[in-house]
Parts: sequence; structure tokens; C-alpha cells
Amino acid sequence: MTLKLINGYPEYMRESIEMVEKTREQRIKEKAKEKELALTEEEREEVLSKFHPDYAPGGKRELKVGVNKGEIVPNEVADILEAWPALDPDEVDLNDIDYDVDILIIGGGGAGTVAALWANYEGIPAENILIATKLRHGDANSMMAQGGIQAADRPWDSPIIHYLDVLGGGHFANKHELVKALTTDAPKIIKWHEDLGVMYDKDEKGNFIERWGGGTSRKRLHSAKDYTGMEIMRVIRDEARNRDIPVLEFSPAVELITTEDGEIGGAILWNMETKEYYVVRAKATVLATGGWGRLHIRGFPTTNHYGATADGLVMAYRAGARLRDLESVQYHPTGAAYPEQIVGLLITEKVRTMGATPVNKYGERFVFPLEPRDVEAAMFIRECFGKGNCIQTPTGMRGVWLDSPMIEELQGEGAIKKNLDAMYRMYKRFGIDMTKDPILVFPTLHYQNGGVEINADAQVLKGDGSPYPRFFAGGEVEGGVHGKNRLMGNSLLDYNVFGRRAGISAAKVARNSSKPGKLTLKHVKLFTEEVKKINVPLSRRSPILLPDYRGKRVLARKIDLPILQ
Amino acid sequence: MMGKKVEILDVDSKQIMDDIKKAASPPEEVEHWVTIYVMGKPYKVPAGLTIMKALEYAGYRYIRGAGCRAGFCGACATIFRRKGEYRFRTALACQTTVEDGMYLAQIPFVPANKAKYDLDKIEPGPTTLLEYYPEIARCVSCNTCTKACPQELDVMYYIQYGIRGDIKKVAELSFDCIQCGLCTLRCPAEIQHYHMAQLARRLYGKYYLPKSPWLKKRLKEIDSGMYEKAFENIKKLREENPEEFKSLYYKVLIEGREKESKRINDPLELMEGED
Repeated sequence: MTLKLINGYPEYMRESIEMVEKTREQRIKEKAKEKELALTEEEREEVLSKFHPDYAPGGKRELKVGVNKGEIVPNEVADILEAWPALDPDEVDLNDIDYDVDILIIGGGGAGTVAALWANYEGIPAENILIATKLRHGDANSMMAQGGIQAADRPWDSPIIHYLDVLGGGHFANKHELVKALTTDAPKIIKWHEDLGVMYDKDEKGNFIERWGGGTSRKRLHSAKDYTGMEIMRVIRDEARNRDIPVLEFSPAVELITTEDGEIGGAILWNMETKEYYVVRAKATVLATGGWGRLHIRGFPTTNHYGATADGLVMAYRAGARLRDLESVQYHPTGAAYPEQIVGLLITEKVRTMGATPVNKYGERFVFPLEPRDVEAAMFIRECFGKGNCIQTPTGMRGVWLDSPMIEELQGEGAIKKNLDAMYRMYKRFGIDMTKDPILVFPTLHYQNGGVEINADAQVLKGDGSPYPRFFAGGEVEGGVHGKNRLMGNSLLDYNVFGRRAGISAAKVARNSSKPGKLTLKHVKLFTEEVKKINVPLSRRSPILLPDYRGKRVLARKIDLPILQ
Repeated sequence: MMGKKVEILDVDSKQIMDDIKKAASPPEEVEHWVTIYVMGKPYKVPAGLTIMKALEYAGYRYIRGAGCRAGFCGACATIFRRKGEYRFRTALACQTTVEDGMYLAQIPFVPANKAKYDLDKIEPGPTTLLEYYPEIARCVSCNTCTKACPQELDVMYYIQYGIRGDIKKVAELSFDCIQCGLCTLRCPAEIQHYHMAQLARRLYGKYYLPKSPWLKKRLKEIDSGMYEKAFENIKKLREENPEEFKSLYYKVLIEGREKESKRINDPLELMEGED
């Protein structure tokens, strides 16, 4: 017999839910006082140092090859950077060019699509642009962002205040020019979205309904229910389709192509279905490959889409680009911890901004609900593994309650269905009604804070800090914008701001320069020489393209026959 | 002041991380099994998995058919039949638990037609949706689309509103559409529901929702360059006096929360005084 569930929860969890219900009324009365729980700088450090996965020993190591040699990154990231190339450069004929374009955009998520649109606005004909992507156009974390996008557009807010919030959230490690670009472009991006017909939540006068984000000093989160990422992504994808921008799906880049004069000149794509390769030569190349969630750093579950395997980091690193802030990993405080089917999936921060308070198994508050994400996540881990005041699920996960029914009390009946429909629907599918019962949460691997270093024109920087004239990056793959911790609502903003800047910069190159120099894969061979020296097992190859979730039983019996290959 | 809100705990951080890793891994022992039929072939898989995870457990490695894995992208549209039933049901593989005896097939692609348009040149009116998607007029009100929708949207209703030219209603009713295409595949009238709805939402967002007045003002300010000086000053402060910069951040953060909380009751009224 399977476990008996009462409205989605086993009986022992019900006992704890009763305790949560008992303290609810009092907690709602004292909602305004929650601010007093906010930690000081010193307290933040105490909690982070002991309970944040980034600070706990054993998860990272020094890079032994490449531009960032000697710097510390998570083991899982080191594993793909210090790896043999998936593609043997000698098997490729660079003289036989399949696509000869002005702009190659690697990645068909938010950043790539925005870059294509702005390059097109800048006068580059659609047929001279090529988007190459691993899954379908729009299969990206951009589609999954729920909460919203930040922009300082209210009179009592300003780009400067937004800037300060970003810096503080990022532990003051962010690059000035990038944060300035992020916060001053933000209102322009929202205007662009208005013109494209994005359905943001507004009041009857046209003012955006703006909400809190963790670690922000103003309400500046613009949303479209809890489908904000999906709404923006499907609109810009629709626009790209209207403009006939060519997209090659299921054809990821597996290696960048360099030129004899040290430039980037395109990429090798690999058709995952037919297994053939394509040579793309481009006057300008935009890297928009997204982040690393599917590397499951430290064994954490993730909110990320299936293709988030950091391919862009690998390719750019081999070509000599500089990486930064990769030692810091963003764990979203509220991933689903129960039921098993949705473990790790995102519970948007908006659940907290709308009033739900995290409480422990006794129904007690233990944290200010809107700390920056790293602090909030560390406090959850502390409550679960430091103090043991948590619920353990039948599969062994631990979690604390997020008291979602408070939202209905604070914002009126129906507020959840109106504003958090995606969340409501997901829980309902598994028999849980989050308007009546709290939901169980635990931190989940969410975002790559750092990445390939860029400047304000979205140009990728080389090891010596000088920019590549023909190589750009936007979105989660790039680093420097968020320092060591991204705030809520700044990732949708990031891909729009730097996708746009990358598209405009790439268009400039396409207009003003001739074809790149003679194509080569020499950089791959040089990098391989370095890898040879450090004893990497031959089976460790990258980019990995997809995670492998096949069952152990099957893999143990799997054989490859030398036929039908 | 340390210890006011968080007491100091003496813990082994590495051990905690190892414990988390173990807790998040799939359990070694499987207690309950079910048999599912993947495109007709039977596989024994652990009970309680989603269809997507069950197929992976059985040895399939997705190239097509998996996207966000969280119910937002529509890549894993699935048609299935339950043991003993004749009816076709639809689901998202990532959001549906396997059942014993389930017959499954995933839909890798939907070759639906999308109209092309220049949104700036459309003057939306009662016939706009019909002009771009005339096939909506063929709706026979069979409600199959609504039954097929894994988001449980009132698909047929919004098609009916579309025929009547009510762009607002189409936009609102279709808002949660993940564009998986199951409605279109099941429709006997070959309507491209989800593409029509996309057009309606963009028209509504662009032409019917009022534009934000504050945003316009802010854009003027930015274009006038009025923030440039402040950015220079703040950059200087950060470089020359990082400690003071930090306290400025905390001051703005704390005061800002105070200020905003006072506006919660009536933000518009308060704002007009400050303008």
C-alpha cells in the first residue's frame, strides 16, 4: 500500500500543519513587524559562513587550466572546464562553410532572441542572422521565470537606488559599468515590452502593479501574474517569427571557431538528430547559452530547464575568454521539497512578496521573508539542518513551511489564483490546495551568478582584459552584472539589457567590417595540450549538452553495437 | 549586534552539505512499482514518478520532448490512455504522475500555422482575429480543445470570443497558455488556437492596456542625462570610500522599506503629493 494522504499530505505532516494554522492569526497581525527579523551585516556573515553551500568546505577546487587558472570554482564546473573536447577538431573541414552569416547567435532563449531582434532593428536583414539552439526556440530558463522584472520607474525610486540594491545584493563585487547599464536601461526595456504588447499587470490608469523583491529597498518588480518569464519570452519569440529570423533547433554549438588573427569567427554546430556538423562563419558571434543549473552543483535539485549545462562557459573558456564570479552559486530559497514529483522546482519569490511567511515545523517565524536570496537560503538550511526544526518527507527531503494561505488573508480571497496561477495549478495537479494549506520548501540550485566577463557594450573580454571585437555575450552566461548574488527580477532584466546591447554591438560589427580572417580550431588543440598535462580521464568530455537521468539498471546493461550508428 | 536574532551554532558545514545531497538523491530502494506502456512497449518503473522521469528511469534519453521540466514550456505534450478506457487523455509529461497500465505517446512537434504580422500596422477591430486566423469561424463548439488543454483553460470559450472579436476576453482567458499545441492537434476544425491567442494577447497588451505615465517621465529623465552625474559620484564613493558606500546601501535599504510600507494603503494618493 502506498502512503495514505489527506489532501495531498501524509498524516504526520498534517500534525505540523495544524501548528502552522494555530500561529497564523497572530503572525498575520504582526506581519509589519517582520522587518525586525532582518539580519545585520555581521549576522548575515555568521549565517552564510556556516549554512550556505558556497561557504561550506568540500564543494570547490582550483582550476588547473586556462585563463582563470588558480581560481576557485565549484567541482562540477571545474569538471567540464578541465575536460577533453567533445568534438575532435581534425574531423571538421573548416573550408566547407554551411552558413555564412553576418551574425551568429548561439542560444535561442531570451538573450539570443532579444539580440536577434535588436540586430534586425539596427538594419541587419533577418536572413543574415542565424540563431542556433540546443532545444526548441524558447526552451530556456527565460521561459520559467515567474516573479517578474525590476525597473525603477516610480517617482520615489531611481536607477541609482536600483543600482545600490544590486550592489548590496551582489556583495559589492559587481562591475560598475554593467550595473549602471542594467539599471538605466531597465525603464527602456519595459517601454519596449509595452510596445511589443507584453501584458504586464497594471491598474486602470496604466500604472504597473509593482511588488517587493528580496533585498530591494523599493517595490519595483513588474510582473505578468506568475508567468512573467513565459509572457515575455513568447512575445519576443512571436516577434522573431514575424520577422522571419532563421532558427536552427536541436543544433547546439559545440565549439567556437577562432581566426588566425585571434578573433572569434563563428562556431561548429552539431545536429543532435542527424549527428552531422555544420560550419558557421560569422562577422559577429553572440553567446547566449544560459547557465549551469543542470550540473546539479553539490547534488542540489534545480529549477533550471533541461539544457542548462553551461556549454557557453566551456566553449568561451577554450577560446581564451575570461570568467568571473563563478565561485558563487545562487540557490533559490524556495524550491519545492514535497511532493517528490516536483522536488526542486521553483516556488516564485512572489509567494513571499505577496505575504506568505516561512515558518518551521512548529509554526514559528524564524527569518525575515525578503532577505537577499543567499541569506534567505542559508537561514532555511540552518533551520532544517542546524536546528532540526523541519519536516522530513517520505523520500528523505527536508523542508520548512511557506505559509501560502496567509496570502488569501492579507490580499483577499482569490489573490492566489489571480496572481500565482502557475503555482496554484502545479500544486493542484498533485492534490495540494495552496490556498488552504502551506507548502514545503527547501533551497534549490537556481542561477549562475557569474560567467564570461563582458563590458558595457556586451563585448566578451579576453584573459588580458581587452575585448574581442567580434564576440559578445548576454544573459545568464555572462558575469559581472550580479556580482556574487543576483537579486530577484534582475535576470529577466539582464537578458533583455545585455541581449539588446549584444545585438546592437554585433550589428555595428556586421555593418562596418568584412568577413573574419582564416578560420581555425587551433585554440581547441592548444587547450587540449593543457588538459593532457593534468590527468583528466578520457571519458570526461564537454560541452555535455544534456544531463543524463537514465536509470542505473538500464545503464548497467547498456551496450553499443558497432552497427546502426 | 550578534546573537540578537541568530544564536551562534556549532556545526559541521561539510557534513550538512553531504546530508543534503543524500536527501535530494532518488531513494535506493523502490517499494512500489507500476507498468507503463511507452509507445506500446511495457516497462516496469517506480510508482510516484512523473511520466518524464519514468521514461528516463526506463532508459530513454530525451532530445525532443523535454524542455523546462516544470510545466511552463509545452515541450512534453503527451497523449495517453488509461487501462480499460477508450478515451484519449492529454497531459504534460513533467507534471503528471504515472499510473499502472498507462499507454503513452509524446508529441515531438506540432506543425501548426502561425500568421505573420506587423503589430505596429494593425488597427485592432472586431474582425482582426478573423482576418489573420479565419479558420476560427469553423469552430463546431465540440469542446474537444478545452478537454485537451493540460492547463485546463476554457479554450473553446476564447475561440468563441475570438469569433465575436472580443480581443480582451481572448487575451484574458488564454493568458496561462503554454503553447503545447494539444488543442490544435485534437481540433476537428483545424483551428490554430494558441497562435490566434498569441496575436490577441499582443494586441491587447499593446493597444488596450493603458500606457504607464510614470514610465514615460522616467525615460525623459534618463534621456536628459540627469542621472549621469549621480552615477559618477556614486562610482567615486564606491572606489574611494567603500565602507561609507556600504553604509549608504544599508541606510537606503532600511529607510526604503520604511518609506514603501507607508505607501501600501494608497500609493497613488501619496505619490501625487510628491510629484
